[in-house]
This record gives sequence, C-alpha cells and structure tokens, in this order.
Amino acid sequence: MTDLYTSQRAMRNMRRAAMQRGVIAILDVGTSKIACLILRFDGPDRLREQDGVGPMAGQSQFRVIGAATTRSRGVRFGEIAVMNETERAIRTAVQAAQKMANVRVDHVIACFSGAEPRSYGLAGELDLQDSVVTEQDVSRVLAACDVPDLGHGREVLHAQPVNFALDHRSGLGDPRGQIGHRLAVDMHLLSVEGDVVQNLLYCIKRCDLELAGIASSAYVSAISSLVEDEQELGAACIDMGGGATGISIFMKKHMIYSDSVRMGGDHVTSDISKGLQIPLAVAERIKTRHGGLYATGMDDREMIDIGGDSGDWEKDRRQISRTELIGIMRPRVEEILEEVRATLDAAGFDTLPSQQIVLTGGASQIPGLDGIATRVLGQRVRLGRPLRVQGLPQAATGAAFASAVGLCLFAAHPQDEWWDFEIPAERYPARSLRRAVKWFKDNW
Amino acid sequence: MQSLSARRPAARMRRDPAPSKWDYRLQRWMLTPYVRGFVVKGIPTLVILGAAALWFSHEPNRQAVIGQLTHLREEFEARPEFRVSLARVEGASDDLAAAVRAKLALPLPMSSFDIDLDAARARIEALDAVKKADLRVRSGGILQVVITERVPVAVWRTEDGLTLVDETGHRVAGLLSRADRADLPLIAGEGADAATPEALDLIAAAGPLTPRIRGLVRVGDRRWDLVLDRDQRVLLPATNPVQALERLLALDHAQDLMNRDILTVDLRSDHRPTLRLTPHALADIRRAQGLDTVENEL
Repeated sequence: MTDLYTSQRAMRNMRRAAMQRGVIAILDVGTSKIACLILRFDGPDRLREQDGVGPMAGQSQFRVIGAATTRSRGVRFGEIAVMNETERAIRTAVQAAQKMANVRVDHVIACFSGAEPRSYGLAGELDLQDSVVTEQDVSRVLAACDVPDLGHGREVLHAQPVNFALDHRSGLGDPRGQIGHRLAVDMHLLSVEGDVVQNLLYCIKRCDLELAGIASSAYVSAISSLVEDEQELGAACIDMGGGATGISIFMKKHMIYSDSVRMGGDHVTSDISKGLQIPLAVAERIKTRHGGLYATGMDDREMIDIGGDSGDWEKDRRQISRTELIGIMRPRVEEILEEVRATLDAAGFDTLPSQQIVLTGGASQIPGLDGIATRVLGQRVRLGRPLRVQGLPQAATGAAFASAVGLCLFAAHPQDEWWDFEIPAERYPARSLRRAVKWFKDNW
Repeated sequence: MQSLSARRPAARMRRDPAPSKWDYRLQRWMLTPYVRGFVVKGIPTLVILGAAALWFSHEPNRQAVIGQLTHLREEFEARPEFRVSLARVEGASDDLAAAVRAKLALPLPMSSFDIDLDAARARIEALDAVKKADLRVRSGGILQVVITERVPVAVWRTEDGLTLVDETGHRVAGLLSRADRADLPLIAGEGADAATPEALDLIAAAGPLTPRIRGLVRVGDRRWDLVLDRDQRVLLPATNPVQALERLLALDHAQDLMNRDILTVDLRSDHRPTLRLTPHALADIRRAQGLDTVENEL
C-alpha cells in the first residue's frame, strides 16, 4: 500500500515539476494508434484579459503545441504485447510531436485502455475527535476505508474520494471546516493488472522519458467527451477503441464505475479480413471508407473493389456490395454493444437517475452506430466528440482522440486522488516531527 | 488486354518508419535548450568571429582598415561646417588683444576638431595681464576669445624696476616711470606683492594721513612700514596692523602727533607706541630740561 502511495505521489510531484517547466507530453497508447500531444502551460492569466476566457477547469492554462500520431505496433487489447515494437512506435510519435513543437519534453503522462480494470466502491467512517473536520480527519477517514483483496499482482490506478458524509448529511464535496461528529467517505478505487503498468513504465523509460502520471483511458475520454451536466447528473461514456472498449460511469463529476470489454474496432476489421479473404490493411481501408451498419436498397448496387495482389485475375477482380460489408460488420458491433450493455447492467446503471450514454473513440465513427446503440443500450445515446482545446490540430479533433484530449485535461486539472491527501499522523513513523506536533496540539 | 505495369492499390498505407534509438536521442539532444542555443547562435557567432580574426591577423589587411577609417575621419573633420576661420578677441585692450592673438598662434583656418581649446586657454592665461580667458567655437566658424583683464591696484618697486600688481599681488605689467601711474599707491620690499591686499587695507584705513603717504615698505617679508613725507616712518606690527594704524590715528587726532618733529613711530609693541625724535628736537628737549649734551661726531 505504501509502495503505491509513494510511486503515485512521486508521479504527482513530477507532474507539478513538469508544469513548472511548462512543457509536458501526453501519450495515448492505443491498440490501433499511438497519439502524442505536447502541451505548453502558459499559466492561467496569460489569456484572460484579451479574450475573456475563464479558467474553465484548467483548459485555458495550456496550449497544444505538438501533435503526432502513428500506427500502433505491438499493442493488443490495449496492452503491450511486443515490447520493442511498442517502444519504437512511442519513439516515432514522440519524435514527430517534438519536431512539430520544436521543444524537448522529458515528462509524459500516459493512458492505456487494457489491463482488465476492476472497480471497487470503498466506504470508511470515523468519529471526529473534536467537532470540526480538519485536513488530518479527511486523511484519517480515507485511511479508515478497508481495501478489498485486489487479487494477486494487481495495483491501484485510481482511488478517488467520491462523496463525503457528515453525520446524516451526505453529498459533501469538501467537508473541511464543517462541524459534525461522524465523518464518512465513499471512495472509488480502480485496480488494474500490475504487469501491464510495469511494461508501459519500462517502455516509456526506454524512450528516455519520465512518467509523470498514468490514467485509465476510459476515465480520461469521459472527462473530455461528457459535457459538464452529464458528468454532474450521471452518464456512461463508452470509449470504443481499437482493441478494447472502455466503459466509465460518471456521477456528480466523479467516476463511480469503470470497466472494459476486450473487443473493439480491430475485431471488426479482422472479421472483414477473414470474411472477404483480404489483407488487414485493405480491410481497414474498406471499413473506414465504405463501412456502415444499416443496409438500404441503394447499398446492394454499390459495388466495392476489394482487389488483391495474388496475380490471379479472378481473385484480384473481386467485388462485393456494401450490403455484404454491412452484413459482416453489424453482428460484431452488436456483439460489442451487447457486452457493454451486460457490463452496464452488472454495474447497476439502470438505477441511475440519468441514463445518458455517450459513445466516443475511433470505432464510434461507423455510420449508423447511434441507431444500433439506441436499440441495444437505450434511448438516450449520443455520439460524443472530445472538447476543443487550444492549438489542437484539426486532424486530432475527432472522436478517436477523446482519450488524448481527456488526458490533457487530466494533466491540467487532475481530480483529487487518495494520494493527494496527507498521510494521517498515526501512520507516520514513531519519531516523526509531525507526530510530535500532533502530540503538542492534543495536550495543550 | 491488361497493362503490364503492376497496378498499385489506390491508397497506399502511409509509411512512418520508427527512428532508430540514436536518431531519437540525437534529436532530443539537439532540442535541449542549451545545445540548441549553442548550435543556432553560438556556432555562427564563433565562425564569424573566427573568420574576422583570421582576416585581421594579416598585417596589410589591418593597415588597410585602419587607413580607411582614418581617411573617413579626416574627410569628415575637414568638412566646411567644422572649419574655424576667424578668432575674435573680446574684452581686451588693443595691445593686449594683439598679445593674445600672438599667444593663440593658431594657423587659421583649421578644423574645429584640431583646435585644442584647453591648451590655447592655458597659453592665453599665461599672459600676466589676463585674469581669465573663455574660448569657444561659435557658429559661422568663429573662435571667440573672451578676456577678463587684470586691473592694476598698486605699483611695486623692486631693484629691477617698477611693476604694476593687481589686488592679489599678481604682476600685471611693467612700468617705466612712477609718474605714469601716480594714482596708484607704491609698495616696496621683498614679498610686498604677496601682501598687497593687506597694503590696500592699510591705505584705506590711513584716513587723514592719506595725502602724506609716500608708500609702504615690506620689512623682512613680515610686516609693513608706512612711509610718510618728511621722512617719517610708522613701524606697523606683523599682526593686526590696521588696528595699530587706527590707534595711531586716534593719537594723532588727540595730540597732533604726526605734525611734530618725529622721525619714527614704532607701533610694533601693543603696550606702548615708541617715538623717535629727530636729533634736533631731541637736543631741544634736553636743553629745555637743562641737560647739556656733548655733540660730536661719535
């Protein structure tokens, strides 16, 4: 536990140091692409006077000065499968972004979608010593949560206090300074496979970069795709990536549940490839150019040249109708959405007051997806695109960059996590100065 | 019929090869601010400076540049805007103006850059009759010399002749005959010129004795003797001579002292003035007292 604490704290300090230096890189390690954005922090007051831009949760603090994306290699299901291939891909993306930004970055914040995230809700309670809630009481009540058995080799990725309750008043955002007797906290904890995180760490270290933070891509794409009232009232964000589909449920601006389905756009591509006996690259191209989910009479007549390089005239002149393509794509997309539905049901999403579902990620750009999603997931479905941030190139404003943009916001304005609070004085070693100070405070 | 050239798929996959590890490191190293600054600014600066130094290390090149610069400078200084063609002397009598012109000794016309005004001023102020000289180059190429003359206040008689001195005792000019400046008082003796202010104070304080004053004699560069007509002398003390003279005047007013047959009045002692009578008067007094003196050559 303390190990995690220290490593996460070290990352937080590194993030702060990087923001001080003004430049930080964002790395989205996905299954189909690796995106790297370079942010420059100008400080919050650079823009305010001239264009009337408020603080806006930290979005006006930074500017994207470099962006690069590269085809991902060696990543499967959002996890690193081949180490040096991935390292090379990261190097490509970072180098291109650095070249565009014309600045060297040393600190990087990364996100990934795989590693089997599991959510836990924790609760802790504490009787206050004196009736006013202090910073130490908050840390103590966080420490009072019982951590469930995460399983062997699993580590905590996010641990955010979601709700504080004081006596019978619940829903407090910040209980400090309030008067009561009993402080309770609800915490959301997200655990992932430790090995996957270690692999990513190692890869980034091999690129001479330092990791200044790590996040789950389902979480960060929800930050960028859900609008503020959706985050407040409750919504689910479905980040349909290449190899994994991340699900995160937000309520009162906190993530309360996250999971992932290990299927995504790459599976659709491989279905096309297998079904039509064509290479993956061609399948990907056909999917993006002609793909769809609803067949009409027009589609029977629209013939797609699928080609080939075999030298066999018959094989190289093959054509399929768009209806056939849709017939291959639709079952897989439906399967993914069914899985998502099952996960949401398991999480008890139907009990939430607001049932908004936002689809984002690269695979959400299939035409007609919203129609199918409405049928599978419920009436309130919309396609989400990430928030617009300053300096982001037009090519990187699509739904595929939801997690990269969300990671920018996460870097600029992270939510409080467990390790941002001080360690309660009781947990300090016996000879600590802080403990002595506490003893003096209690006795005089 | 099919063409023999291979048909390529319309949309090729975009190549983006991964950089090698060393390529990546080199690029990052070049983006390091100090390295970048050195490469972008430092190396060009060094190259330019090095080339310039190499070129200058060759003696003829250096000479050529220096010659060029000197030529440019001379050309600039020789422009008619800077030429001084006339010296105008103001505030001096004609004789003195001629002397000043002679001392100025500038080969006019010349450039105002070449005139050393300080040296010229020092030369002019070396003239005894000049108290202060202001030199400035006016527009229109005129060198204006404003002279403040020394005003003589006394005549100083030395073994070599007569000299006019101003109120500070500085020599103004020589004098051929005393009669030329009969209006000025006469002083004599070693160091008399340096004590001129004191002499002037004494003459101002002399009051009724003024018409009788022949002159002032400095004795031993220490004190004054006031010489009156009829060979009368007033020996003044070294300190506070004016007060001593005023005491004498009071005595004279009360007892008509100076009209008597007296050779010297010695005021050197504060306690009492000492009189020295003429031998004739002395004999008269003694005779009146019934004393007979033997008068002989001794």
